[in-house]
Amino acid sequence: MLTKRVIPCLDVRDGRVTKGVKFKNNIDLGDPVEMAVKYSDGGADELVFYDITASAEHRPIDIGMVGAVARAIRIPFAVGGGIASVSDMERVILAGAEKISVNSLAVRNPQIIADGARAFGAQCVVLGMDPVKSGNAKCPSGYEITTRGFREFTGMDAVEWAKRAADLGAGEIVVNSVDADGTRAGFELAITKMIADAVGVPVVASGGAGRPEHLVTVFREANADAAIVAGMIHTGDFTIREIKDAMSAGGIPVRMTW
Amino acid sequence: MIAIVDYKAGNLTSVRLAFDALKAETVVTRDPAVVRSAERVVFPGVGAAASAMANLRELGLEDAVKEAAVSGKPFLGICLGMQILFEHSEEDGGVGTLGVVPGRVRRFPDVPGFKVPEIGWNQVEASPAATKGESGRQPAAGGLRGEYYFVHSYYAELSPYTAGTTEYAGVKFTAMVKKGNLWATQFHPEKSGRLGLELIKEWLAC
Repeated sequence: MLTKRVIPCLDVRDGRVTKGVKFKNNIDLGDPVEMAVKYSDGGADELVFYDITASAEHRPIDIGMVGAVARAIRIPFAVGGGIASVSDMERVILAGAEKISVNSLAVRNPQIIADGARAFGAQCVVLGMDPVKSGNAKCPSGYEITTRGFREFTGMDAVEWAKRAADLGAGEIVVNSVDADGTRAGFELAITKMIADAVGVPVVASGGAGRPEHLVTVFREANADAAIVAGMIHTGDFTIREIKDAMSAGGIPVRMTW
Repeated sequence: MIAIVDYKAGNLTSVRLAFDALKAETVVTRDPAVVRSAERVVFPGVGAAASAMANLRELGLEDAVKEAAVSGKPFLGICLGMQILFEHSEEDGGVGTLGVVPGRVRRFPDVPGFKVPEIGWNQVEASPAATKGESGRQPAAGGLRGEYYFVHSYYAELSPYTAGTTEYAGVKFTAMVKKGNLWATQFHPEKSGRLGLELIKEWLAC
């Protein structure tokens, strides 16, 4: 049976992994390559790296770091942040990443999804999205897409955007709830489920993981295919093994041998 | 020398790095003469079957790859590189492929609750067929003892050379082929953690 994936997320700022709440109050957590090895050895099914300052500083992603991670681990990983073009995507892929995550760029230029999928295959192109609960009448799902680290509202409906991105060729969609991000109070089940049920590609739940039970719930109730964890493991409060033990006990198919 | 065949079917970095991790020297090549003279051949690939076949022909690699696959020298197909060893693929409206392994490649059916492509870690079972018949001279792959990483929308039917099977969308399909020293996997051993690396190591010893 296909297992549900647990994906640690590493936010990288100036070559160091950091963690903040709602993109603020960042604290230093360690070296990206050392943390990648630790989580890979600890049972992570995949990793995702966001170069969180690349976009804001209008500089390309740190390719040297991508290559160092690729040499150090033997599990898939995705990279996002600072991707501005198909040639940026190509550099990241040739450095050894499996997947590229696009977010704000795809909102400005949805064609990048189609161009990336045509060049590298849909499985390489991940759409990251940051929906927030919204009363905007243009958003019938009740969730509006934000960009640039939750700073800008787009007037785009989250579910409609997910469907359009999948049609354009996104091979996977990461739903990162702005409301839940950093709270460690559990995933936002409603928008995760709406999108998981609306698109034919895998959906990754993101934002709000604080306890192993939160993953059991998002897989059981929101039909997510994978879930991102960050603070709960970065702080050492929980291990991936503990998360997976809880998933296994909860009847969720999970990879237990690594 | 180990030749990794580059026929414009996706990124070979991960495959190369996995061999690097095992201290096995590889050369990434588009040269049919290098493929012919290599002691071992690795045939990776992601993407679509028809364009892969077209690229093999355009680069003059089709015969060299086919010869290597039937030569008895160690050969490792990965993902699309496994699928096009079969006779035919439904992809792109149907395309004849290398025909080294009997059987066909089909698209996963639309089944509620199963996303296509299948992306992620799925259990591989050593196939009873691997211990019987012509392929039975090879033991079942010792490395098949857990989950491996898959990314695919098409699957190969079961074949007399199926050494490992996996289930998805109500289909039991070929996850691994063994025909003498010809090994091939639908999953990505280079991205399947320690178990994947152990499988490559076993192949390096065959």
